[in-house]
Amino acid sequence: MIKLQIKKMLAGSSGQMNLDIKLHIKQGEFVALTGVSGSGKTTFLRILAGLEKIDEGKISVNETLWVDTSKNKKMLLPQKRNIGYLFQDYALFPNMTVLKNLTFAKNDKQFALTLLEMVGLEELKDSMPEKLSGGQKQRVALCRAMMSRPKILLLDEPLSALDLDMRKKLQEDIKVFHEQFHITTIMVSHDPSEIYKLSSRVILLDQGKVTKDACAKEVLLKTSGSQKFSFEGELLEIYQADILNIAVVSIANQLVKVVLDSSQAKELQVGDIVTISTKAFAPTISKK
Amino acid sequence: MYDLDWEPFLVSFKLAFYTTSILFVLCVPFAWYLSQSKSKIKPVLEALTALPIVLPPTVIGFYILFALSVNSPIGIFFEETFGIKLVFNFTSLVIASCFYSLPFMVQPLQAAIQNMPKSLIEASYICGKNNFQTIWYVILPNIKPAVVTAVVTTFAHTIGEFGVVLMVGGSIPGETKVASIAIYEFVELLDYESAHIYSFIMLAISFSVLFCVYYFNYQQRAKHD
Repeated sequence: MIKLQIKKMLAGSSGQMNLDIKLHIKQGEFVALTGVSGSGKTTFLRILAGLEKIDEGKISVNETLWVDTSKNKKMLLPQKRNIGYLFQDYALFPNMTVLKNLTFAKNDKQFALTLLEMVGLEELKDSMPEKLSGGQKQRVALCRAMMSRPKILLLDEPLSALDLDMRKKLQEDIKVFHEQFHITTIMVSHDPSEIYKLSSRVILLDQGKVTKDACAKEVLLKTSGSQKFSFEGELLEIYQADILNIAVVSIANQLVKVVLDSSQAKELQVGDIVTISTKAFAPTISKK
Repeated sequence: MYDLDWEPFLVSFKLAFYTTSILFVLCVPFAWYLSQSKSKIKPVLEALTALPIVLPPTVIGFYILFALSVNSPIGIFFEETFGIKLVFNFTSLVIASCFYSLPFMVQPLQAAIQNMPKSLIEASYICGKNNFQTIWYVILPNIKPAVVTAVVTTFAHTIGEFGVVLMVGGSIPGETKVASIAIYEFVELLDYESAHIYSFIMLAISFSVLFCVYYFNYQQRAKHD
């Protein structure tokens, strides 16, 4: 069980921001942390890992105090926290083989081989990291993070640099590790389908504050009321065709055209984030 | 056949070896500290470290001579406690050389550590390793070209010393008479033949050393491309 209440002033790109979070996370939960960039997600993860200090607050894990600013600025070093951390850039040690990267975290060759086998990389145990693909690197990094059998696994957008197939494979691996080792997992992610697949709880951060904290469905599904479906997108262009106003909206890398009435056309501006939804008919779904 | 006295070269190499060894041991932690520090005294330390590049060697030599002389507190302390003099002997040369060559050791190491991805250092911490283990197992093996550059240029720079040695060492054969001093004295005595031979040997050694460094770094880079 993680209990925390933290405050930290951050100097972001859009001026100063106050990270102010109070959370309880149960043992074995899979929490997805999401929000626009600059909302404090990575900083939150780094604070939990002990890589960043806080201005004020307390963190306790399973009744052990990790950080308490009121008690002589107590802060447990990252070395003593027994956590797993997956970096965005993998952070494999370039001077060590795959196996050595794992045994560097804990000298347990047997367990290292077991983990590599679980992700299907046992044949690459003697390779150097530079010879691996991005997906292989991140799987090795995942195994390394598991070596000390941590109670908490922190994932900082671990899959953002990978292509779709590799993402799926790694999502599977993360899920297997999470379930097999009953590890509390906190993952920063921007990908709704990834969050939906993996997490049992989603926390939405905005300007350093928790604005939503619920299950994935509740946070991610954009429909409300009697809406059949609903998407958020960016308004790219408004143009007139005969007497109609047409808006071009980009939704998740796909463009759609929507008819606007004249008052909407005046109200909306290019660059606005808009919601497109429909109530009138049942959407059809078919396999591509 | 010209009868070459190798002693000045041996003194030069011995001096360079001691200086490089001492500086390496001291400068790895110091460069690590500078690379990680956000303290306000960091620019002061960096400026002090870079001073020997700017200052005339005679100035460094003069201050060291002044600080270590038998009339100074340090000089008196060493004379009374250990019964050793700190000037005009080999020890004083090593001390002076350590100051003189300091930037050549610190700067490449500091720059290389700063250029390392921060996540590697943090990953090492999360693997449970302390600063010493991180430096030894993660940092040094991954900045090998910088380590080679630092060690070799420090060594070569110490061999090339003249002004500092002249100030604090004098020219005691077998003790403080290094090759550069020997050449100076040959010229003073109008013995151009010896000066030519000694100078050429210095030139050849220096070029070979520098060539080896650049060749090693070239190969390291080629390996990664």
